[in-house]
Amino acid sequence: MAEDTKPAASSRANTKKELPEHFKAYKHVWVAVEIEHGQVHSVSYELLGEGRKLADKRGVELAAVVMGDDRAALDAAAAACFEYGADLVYIAQDPALAHYRNETSCEVMTHLVNTYKPEILLLGATNLGRDLAGSVATTLATGLTADCTELAIDDEGSLAATRPTFGGSLLCTIYTLNFRPQMATVRPRVMPMPERQVGRTGRIIEYAPAIVEADIITKVLDFIADRDSNKANLPYADIVVAGGLGLRSAENFQLVKALAEVLGAEYGGSRPLVQKGWITADRQIGQTGKTIRPKLYIAAGISGAIQHRVGVEGADVILAINTDPNAPIFDFAQLGIVADAVTLLPALTEAFASRLRVNRLAS
Amino acid sequence: MHIVVCIKQVPDSAQIRVHPVHNTIMRQGVPTIINPYDLFALEEALRLRDKFGGEVTALCMGPMTAEDSLRKALTFGADRAVLLSDRYFAGSDTLATSYALSMALEHIGREFGVPDIVFTGKQTIDGDTAQVGPGIAKRLKYNQLTYISKITEADFEAGTIRVERRAEGGVQVLETKLPVLITMLEATNEMRRGSIESALAAAKAKVHVWNAAAVGIEDLTKCGLRGSPTIVKKVFAPGARSEKAAQLPVDGAPEAIAQAAIDAIFARMPGIETQLFEMAAQPY
Repeated sequence: MAEDTKPAASSRANTKKELPEHFKAYKHVWVAVEIEHGQVHSVSYELLGEGRKLADKRGVELAAVVMGDDRAALDAAAAACFEYGADLVYIAQDPALAHYRNETSCEVMTHLVNTYKPEILLLGATNLGRDLAGSVATTLATGLTADCTELAIDDEGSLAATRPTFGGSLLCTIYTLNFRPQMATVRPRVMPMPERQVGRTGRIIEYAPAIVEADIITKVLDFIADRDSNKANLPYADIVVAGGLGLRSAENFQLVKALAEVLGAEYGGSRPLVQKGWITADRQIGQTGKTIRPKLYIAAGISGAIQHRVGVEGADVILAINTDPNAPIFDFAQLGIVADAVTLLPALTEAFASRLRVNRLAS
Repeated sequence: MHIVVCIKQVPDSAQIRVHPVHNTIMRQGVPTIINPYDLFALEEALRLRDKFGGEVTALCMGPMTAEDSLRKALTFGADRAVLLSDRYFAGSDTLATSYALSMALEHIGREFGVPDIVFTGKQTIDGDTAQVGPGIAKRLKYNQLTYISKITEADFEAGTIRVERRAEGGVQVLETKLPVLITMLEATNEMRRGSIESALAAAKAKVHVWNAAAVGIEDLTKCGLRGSPTIVKKVFAPGARSEKAAQLPVDGAPEAIAQAAIDAIFARMPGIETQLFEMAAQPY
């Protein structure tokens, strides 16, 4: 939390101390795989894709850690991890691991880290991943960098973790030089989904933690699944239309929805719109909202602050509409229109609609 | 019953400006606020106190100016305010921050009674890490409940609490034993307004100011920059892509601009054109 208020040029910033002797045995890159209700969260595969690159650069192995109780689900998860790039999968199986709980998962993860000593440990920046990462890092007394947007290995072999800082106005690169493992979390969709190599396989190391349920204080009483009907699925949408303060009023935000509807797209908005109450928090796009990777992203009246940029840069093509020719969004959009979105959006909606109508008649 | 709410004073992010040439944060004149996520934690604590009795202590680590935020917390209805402030804390990352706060919480326990619940917001708006809450829980050996949307039952006699926790695809119903650390989800309650009387009382109230020594920190190497395993090596603004956005012509009527925009999109991504037409060809 105070990470961000640290002075940029700290006195230690350029002094690389020698890694303490007992940390030199730490090798390999790990990904903590997130499984809930038998389902692997896709962020885990995205992390395996990124972890593969880091492991190759370091010349080490990539391992996945899966936890749970259902054998079939664990085996399926392990098989998928191999196909997404893991060389090795640690499987921790125990009835007490059937549902995620901080107490049990933190215990198992720290045990595995202390036993097998990875140099890098990556987790998804989801509610589960953040819950676990904070307690594992504290238990191990090591560094943890949250919500990274870029991971790299520097010339000296250290993990360089880049993330937005100062409320998303700047980026910073953070190191954990003298402690191991170097831990980082990454939000879903920030990294691309790696290609699945069907049939690729690897080694499995089993761990049976033998947890006594009576010793675990926190009990999972129930799980109430969300009704999916009205839920925005921004992270996985192919086309996303979003609006910003340039729309000037909540009424004008309807223009964004109208275009989204014609395109069969999801809609969202920038952070200030949530603060103004024009949209709900689950439709916020950006660092503290949803990260998206659509094929096409249309940003209407959004200036493109860094915290927004890091949430949309994975889009194939960004079309930005803004009255200000110097708006930062034109620095990372592929297509730009210097115009008032309030005037242009209805024209775009109508133009798309008429083309698609023409096609409908033709087909 | 004793509840402690950890709050952080943060710059109002809507007003942060970056110097266009030096890429430094222009802090001058940026107003500070209580981290908005912390207000949900504070309100939840006040509601529990109103229902069950007891006291709410607000704890803030920061510079001396963070006293303002603590007085605001008193105005909202906190019973006591503690400011943890020391130059040795400067530059703390999340690990060093959770260390200092946990030492302060233990000292609060000695001075005013051991907290049954420690609340934090789900994250701050300046750091956005969500790591300090779990860090405190681990250090104090409190049961950890993050992203809590609702406290359904609390029994301070029996020492049990039942909550709803936001998880992937649904809500987990958890039951655990006190003491607990709770990070409260946003939009789960609405902060009460402080009255003029409480504002006047808060202005005169005592804010306990403690430094590292006062809370019993003997090993200063666990604090501040020295106690932080993470090192910020570089702060920078991202560069523009090598090519800036191709600006489409904006002469003419919106209709013409729109047609040109669609042509440009389809020229770049024929796949999208096909996909849209396939979608449009689907029966309603």
